[in-house]
Amino acid sequence: MRFIVNGEEQEVAATTLKELLSLLDYEGEWLATALNGELVHRRDRAGCALVEGDRIEILSPMQGG
Amino acid sequence: MLSLYGTEFASRLLLGTARYPSPAVLADAVRASRTGIVTVSLRRETAGGRSGGAFFELIRELGVSVLPNTAGCHSVSEAVLTAKMAREVFRTDWIKLEVIGHHDTLQPDVFALVEAARILSGEGFHVFPYTTDDLVVAERLVDAGCRVLMPWCAPIGSAMGAVNPHGLRAMRANFPEVPLIVDAGIGRPSHAATVMELGFDAVLLNTAVAAAADPVFMARAFALAVEAGRHAFRAGMLEPRDMAVPSTPIIGKAVFQ
Repeated sequence: MRFIVNGEEQEVAATTLKELLSLLDYEGEWLATALNGELVHRRDRAGCALVEGDRIEILSPMQGG
Repeated sequence: MLSLYGTEFASRLLLGTARYPSPAVLADAVRASRTGIVTVSLRRETAGGRSGGAFFELIRELGVSVLPNTAGCHSVSEAVLTAKMAREVFRTDWIKLEVIGHHDTLQPDVFALVEAARILSGEGFHVFPYTTDDLVVAERLVDAGCRVLMPWCAPIGSAMGAVNPHGLRAMRANFPEVPLIVDAGIGRPSHAATVMELGFDAVLLNTAVAAAADPVFMARAFALAVEAGRHAFRAGMLEPRDMAVPSTPIIGKAVFQ
């Protein structure tokens, strides 16, 4: 399916958010995820079903002021 | 001690983690500053990227409290979602709430700020709002649940120091019980000392340390300046006067002619 991942269109054979992270090689306890503008908790990723065109944000810590 | 949302800190300096020449210098500067709180942020991670993880570990090893920000957010919804994602990552209810309203000055959109503060406070966040020295906005933020206020003293990164000391003084006078932290605009240790002399509870800065020729030495300089300003405020300072006042007593002075 086609998704918008961090602002870029990508074709990924994933049906859940957890699968998408794994297939795109995102891993780490420090990641936060959102689907279509709503936070998806770490524990909820496996049960988070994706549909064509979903917008996914994957954020991680960085330096800030 | 500085008390913020029920947690006490010996240091009255909060330090940003951006723009240091290297992670090692950042770590040394944090230690030299003796701060108990560092600010951090969130950004998009690249596929297979591990940069966020390395920074996450570095911060964890420093053993200080983390204050995530919503830097770069320009709307209520963006700021609220970023705050929620920050809580997921850093496992803290603290959030430095920034909602930027003006591109050139990075002045906060105070209307959106109050709205976002109300939403986040309602969801259990402890909000540290980056605001101006406007007293009415400050009142609205307190009404929205903020128990700390963080006015700028000059635009972010401008290094101008307190451009409106009167406004800061008025803020101190109007909110005697609310911890006030100057956030943004500090360029030199003397600027930090000045706002602490006005009775502010703490100073948050980043670029003034990170972009110094020697960030570690500068971190120490700021720590000393913040402490000096706080001591001076507590000790009570002389008011300026127009005429000289001899410091050495005249009584008993010898008369030779």
